[in-house]
Amino acid sequence: MSIDSVFVHKMWNDYELSKMVDGGVPFPMMSDAGGKVGTIYGVYDDDAGVETRGRFIIDPDGVVQGFEVLTPPVGRNVSESLRQIQAFQLVRESKGTEATPSGWKPGKLTLKPGVDLVGKVWEVWKTDMAFD
Amino acid sequence: MPEEFKPGCARPTGGPVGETAKTEDTRQETKPKETRPMIQVGKKAPDFSAPAYLNGKFVNVNLSEYLGKWVVLCFYPGDFTFV
Repeated sequence: MSIDSVFVHKMWNDYELSKMVDGGVPFPMMSDAGGKVGTIYGVYDDDAGVETRGRFIIDPDGVVQGFEVLTPPVGRNVSESLRQIQAFQLVRESKGTEATPSGWKPGKLTLKPGVDLVGKVWEVWKTDMAFD
Repeated sequence: MPEEFKPGCARPTGGPVGETAKTEDTRQETKPKETRPMIQVGKKAPDFSAPAYLNGKFVNVNLSEYLGKWVVLCFYPGDFTFV
């Protein structure tokens, strides 16, 4: 979503993005003229008249699980967004019985929060697991 | 599914002709910035409806249409920007 019109979205997709991604952008490119939606989401920059790089992960119940907002010159890390979605999906499927510690990615150890784990995290989770 | 709409040159703005339209200033006075709703994790996302370009068509998208699915909502400064 950006403040550009759907016409500009079409041109950008058809003339540039479709040369990067086969078939073009597969999801809706939304137009937010005036930044109304961006204002509600706290990512519209009144002074510059544009939206900053906000990214919101919303679960199947419509609940915001996480967000990240960057100023325009720095791009996102798509792998990190995917990792977070995988983590939120794992937690949801476990109905909250599992949690993903710092540095978790698919295949790595999860924690089962409960009375037995209090004071024992150090036994199962090591600080080097926070890094790739 | 998103509903297709026919593209036009202009969208109606403002109030009826001959009547005084509300000015930006009076609206801002009654809505101080501090009272803007903030996004909070663990809370429901604000719903919205927005025009969009999707697979060669112009469509209207409502966030609520995606209930039951995981959604990544991304904002960015502008088309044809480099980052």
